Amino acid sequence: MDNEKTKKKKKSSYITTSESRKITRFNRRITKKLEKKRESASKDPSLYTTKMKDPENVVEFDNVCTYFFTDVGVVKAVDGVNFNIPKCSTVGVVGESGCGKSVTSLSLMQLLQRPMGQTVGGEIRFNKGDGTAYNIVNTPNSVMEKIRGNKISMIFQEPMTSLNPIFKVGKQIDEVIILHNPEMEKEAVKERTLEMLDLVGIANKEGVYDMYPHELSGGMRQRICIAIALACSPTIIIADEPTTALDVTIQAQILDLLRNLKEKLNSSIMLITHDLGVVAGMADYVVVMYAGRIVEKGTAREIFHNPSHPYTIGLMKSKPVVGQKVEELYNIPGNVPNPVSMPNYCYFRDRCEMRCDKCDGAYPPEVKIGDTHIVSCYRYIDKGEVLGQPKSVDVEELINE
Amino acid sequence: MLKYTIKRILYSVLILFFVMFIIYLLMYSLPGGYIQTRAQELASKPNSTKSYQEWLDFLNAQYGMDKGVVQGYFTWLGSAASGNLGDSWVWTLPVTEVFHNTVWYSFILGAVSFVFEIIIAIPLGIKAAKNQYGFTDYFASVFSMICISMPTFFLATLLKYVFAIKLEWFEISGMKSRDYINLSEFGKFLDVAAHFVLPAITLIIISIGGLMRYTRTNMLEVLNSDYIRTARAKGVPEKKVINYHAFRNTLVPLVTTLGGSLPGLFSGALITETLFAIRGIGHASYQSMLQADIPFIMFYLAFLSILTLLGNLISDLLYAVVDPRVRLS
Repeated sequence: MDNEKTKKKKKSSYITTSESRKITRFNRRITKKLEKKRESASKDPSLYTTKMKDPENVVEFDNVCTYFFTDVGVVKAVDGVNFNIPKCSTVGVVGESGCGKSVTSLSLMQLLQRPMGQTVGGEIRFNKGDGTAYNIVNTPNSVMEKIRGNKISMIFQEPMTSLNPIFKVGKQIDEVIILHNPEMEKEAVKERTLEMLDLVGIANKEGVYDMYPHELSGGMRQRICIAIALACSPTIIIADEPTTALDVTIQAQILDLLRNLKEKLNSSIMLITHDLGVVAGMADYVVVMYAGRIVEKGTAREIFHNPSHPYTIGLMKSKPVVGQKVEELYNIPGNVPNPVSMPNYCYFRDRCEMRCDKCDGAYPPEVKIGDTHIVSCYRYIDKGEVLGQPKSVDVEELINE
Repeated sequence: MLKYTIKRILYSVLILFFVMFIIYLLMYSLPGGYIQTRAQELASKPNSTKSYQEWLDFLNAQYGMDKGVVQGYFTWLGSAASGNLGDSWVWTLPVTEVFHNTVWYSFILGAVSFVFEIIIAIPLGIKAAKNQYGFTDYFASVFSMICISMPTFFLATLLKYVFAIKLEWFEISGMKSRDYINLSEFGKFLDVAAHFVLPAITLIIISIGGLMRYTRTNMLEVLNSDYIRTARAKGVPEKKVINYHAFRNTLVPLVTTLGGSLPGLFSGALITETLFAIRGIGHASYQSMLQADIPFIMFYLAFLSILTLLGNLISDLLYAVVDPRVRLS
């Protein structure tokens, strides 16, 4: 049996030349097709206009599937993700590295590395505010350029490299304002930039306006990135691990800043992080992702006081608690499954310490165990309303469409 | 900035001093030099009154080569510093005159191919990077690989065969047609220009590949960087992302290489000039080198050393212009 296992393992990671050629050909065909589809949508606005299910939401992710067509096969980075971002609220997206948090946010921005990365299925609805919505998945680039930085903006995790090193900081903030408000006068733009610098807590705003990024510290640069993100008063700000590269004292400052600004500007925040402490302090709703799918979602209170999915429970346990003495910090055993060949049962089964007989079946459906609390686990299948499974997209079918 | 520039120039003078000494030492110890050959020639004449050794001593004294390396070097340096660069032994003309007669052909050839190299290679490199693994990229890569690997003599022969022999558009070599004297002023200009087409094409093709690959690599690196993603996240149109945000950053390493190629404009293209019989500085220096013409070689190499040092200085100064991170206060 052991021998069989190693054989199988070898098979999954080894690709013959003819297989590799087949994959490359397939990838080229499918990406070409998808690109063409998107291009043809640019002529007809009805193809990318839909309606929100709930007009109180800013963004609705509806079974979003974002796949990467790589040389070793199709990587299902995000596979059937469902969640909403309500108006003026903070949604924290949590999970370990490589679970699809960033790809979800990049799908919303349409900043995936194309043509390799494609959102192949589902809908991302972005509220226009007039009753209609954009379906971001089909929105052509020319329209996306008007949304990016204007209605949806993003703060990245690496402030040290996120600013262009050869342009002055002030000019970089000016640029986004001019881009989305071409009618504004030069003086007004500068005034707005200085206002933004003031807002993000930069004391010497006139001086910083004329500085280059390398003259600023990491925390200052992250403030500049936040100023760029806020400059056009967006309806949603995506913060992709905004504090990961900063030291703890600056982290606290940046988080305070984000919290205050959210109240001032009435924007929603999609906060991506693997730091549970950050989520606990900031988020209204929490989405826990594992291997490209959502395993549990609910309000912050529900997730922190009543974690239900074994993965969430494991995450909570592996967090150090002040005042508690432990010999060794808990860690979840095992690794994330290979993203190229995902199993057809629960992705967490092999690492799970609470597995039962039912777990050998298909991927568990979403179970509603509270008004807002949804979990994807067989342990709760009798304890709430069963909502249905996330749907994958069959790429073979996609090509024959 | 001024202080930095002056410091750099002073350093350059010091470097130049030692570089010239090494060159002088090498030229001095070259076996079968000009003087030995002359002495041999004179001694073997039927009515020669002196033996080889006597001729050798006589000529050495005449040319001032009997003082030893160090003293000889300082003598050369002294007269060179006062503006007297001596006469060329091979061309029996003042060194500066030989230089003046030949360098402009090389300069025009170099400048024209330099300009075309930039005009073709940089946009091609950017386009290739933009469509990585697309048709343009593969085409440009294959083309540049051919350019890099093609030996000059082969390419020149190929061009001659196609354009001079088969199509008869240009002449096979030389700088002037046979009826050059009878042409009008403008006709003379056109005639010389026509003779420079093939050598220029040769130079462009062999230099284009490297610069194109360099541009492509740098552009790709910049395009994958975080600040380009930021620019896209700001909603900057793709065209502006490439031509403004990315290109300015690609320029930083490019400027350094281009600044460093300044001496290339004057040094002449030895192989190409020889193949097309263009009497430029490359050709002249080659002839002088063969016959160990110390005054001319010393002058030519000193000139190149100065240009190289100047090129480095210029590229460093340009670096500061395009990249604020190295700007000195």
